[in-house]
Amino acid sequence: MQLERRPGESLRASAISRSFDGVQALHGVDLEVRRGEVVGLIGPNGAGKSTLVNVLSGFDHPDSGTVTLGDQEITRWTPHRRGRHGLARTFQHTRGFRSLSVRENVEVSALGVGAGPRVAAARATDLLQRLGLSRYADAPASALAHGDERRLGVARALAMEPRFVLLDEPAAGLPEAEVPAFAELVRSVRDDHGAGVLLIDHNMALIMEISDRIHVLDRGRTLAQGAPAEIRGNLDVAAAYLGETAVAEE
Amino acid sequence: MLAFLNIDWQTLADAVALGSIYALMAVGIGLVFGVLRLVNFAYGQLVMAGAFALAMASEWGWPVWASIALCFAVVLVLSLLMDRLVFRPLRGHSPAVMLVATFAVAFLMQSVALLWFGPLGKIATSLAYLNRPWTISTVDIRKITIVSVVVAVLCLLLLHLLLERTEIGLHMRASSMDFETARMLGVRANRVIAVAVLLSGALAAVVAVMLTVQNPLVTPDFALRDTIVVLAGVVVGGMNRPVPATLGGFSIGFASGLLGGALPTNQSQYLDSFIFAAVIIVLLVRPNGLFTTAKTVERV
Repeated sequence: MQLERRPGESLRASAISRSFDGVQALHGVDLEVRRGEVVGLIGPNGAGKSTLVNVLSGFDHPDSGTVTLGDQEITRWTPHRRGRHGLARTFQHTRGFRSLSVRENVEVSALGVGAGPRVAAARATDLLQRLGLSRYADAPASALAHGDERRLGVARALAMEPRFVLLDEPAAGLPEAEVPAFAELVRSVRDDHGAGVLLIDHNMALIMEISDRIHVLDRGRTLAQGAPAEIRGNLDVAAAYLGETAVAEE
Repeated sequence: MLAFLNIDWQTLADAVALGSIYALMAVGIGLVFGVLRLVNFAYGQLVMAGAFALAMASEWGWPVWASIALCFAVVLVLSLLMDRLVFRPLRGHSPAVMLVATFAVAFLMQSVALLWFGPLGKIATSLAYLNRPWTISTVDIRKITIVSVVVAVLCLLLLHLLLERTEIGLHMRASSMDFETARMLGVRANRVIAVAVLLSGALAAVVAVMLTVQNPLVTPDFALRDTIVVLAGVVVGGMNRPVPATLGGFSIGFASGLLGGALPTNQSQYLDSFIFAAVIIVLLVRPNGLFTTAKTVERV
């Protein structure tokens, strides 16, 4: 199932604020991911990245602000309703079907979006091969190492051939030698399927290499956004990562 | 055979048959629990409704095939109504709320049966000929004993194939492990739940047919005791996985049949006391279930 490429369509978060027990996790954040682009979302620990992904995917609701998918406001939609409309995500902490085989885990996603059994099987074979999981195809998902489980989560999300996919630290635990192949896979999701990708990862080389734009969060606020080259030269971003913002404010 | 316990081959065979029927009930209860995390206490009343359908068909002089068809139709329609009118509106509420709702449904159905058919009930005779014996070697074994075992094995085999070899089976297995993630990945919740409820209902209809042969007098509390015993068996086996739960259902049915045969007639009223004392001991020793481990967490 090849999705129609509609470059104008976007997943948009507007003026999102979210607090937990008085701690402001997000403060008026705007973020847009268009189809056919990779947006890197970076920031120090506690910057609000995962909260923003949860709000975008429906696992959390904002205190204020809106989320739109194309021309529909989806702020209060459930995660599965967003899934049916082409929004997929992966998780930092694996939510796999542990008793199913690795292959079945991927097939569930493909079948869930209407692929026939043969297409689902072919899609699973292709994704497992591209993510380096072929040798575990018939093993139960519970047998996978943590890094492999994350890759399985990516395979499951991509098997839906989503319009937008939110990848939450997908490369954590990935051997350095396999990072280029993973980067190639993300590019193909963007280029071949026209999907919009929001990529969170601590691997800066990967983010810088494959992102079309980068959005930087710090303490729940947008610190900077722009092309990788601009972000690389942004002193505020460097300061946030080195903790100098905190020092300066004191 | 086991003469000191007063157990003969017929008793042993009947115990296996009762274990088989209870295994089917355990699977029926487990299918719904797997996708809804709901212990359907009204499962026995579905069996009771199917048994009354068989009894009424007998009274009207319907042929056997039509009686069985009516039994299936009644149980399946009631299963779907239960899902639509009770399970679906309460989906997402706490397990306690859903459990209490199934108690209410169970007593409602029992009261309706009491109003319609009276406390003395009806007699289902269509399949009474299955109580006649087959002589195997020198041992007489009732036909229903063998039919129950064969039907149970066939049902479990078909269910296994459906769960392992079909798209809906894969979706049911995934949903039983993480329903929200499965829904997020496109699995249709209503479809998966409806299929689980229908399969569970079909097994209740099979159980109704088997139990009415063994006990043709159908009263409003028909299968109530069996359901409670099976629920205990499912817990003893291990709620978390289907095979242990099925083994738990079989084990408690087998033990119940064996003990029922071994106890002198004047002590048969103590059967349930022995069974549930054994349940308590097993749970004290193996709180996670007799056939499972602490690591297992999935169902279906």
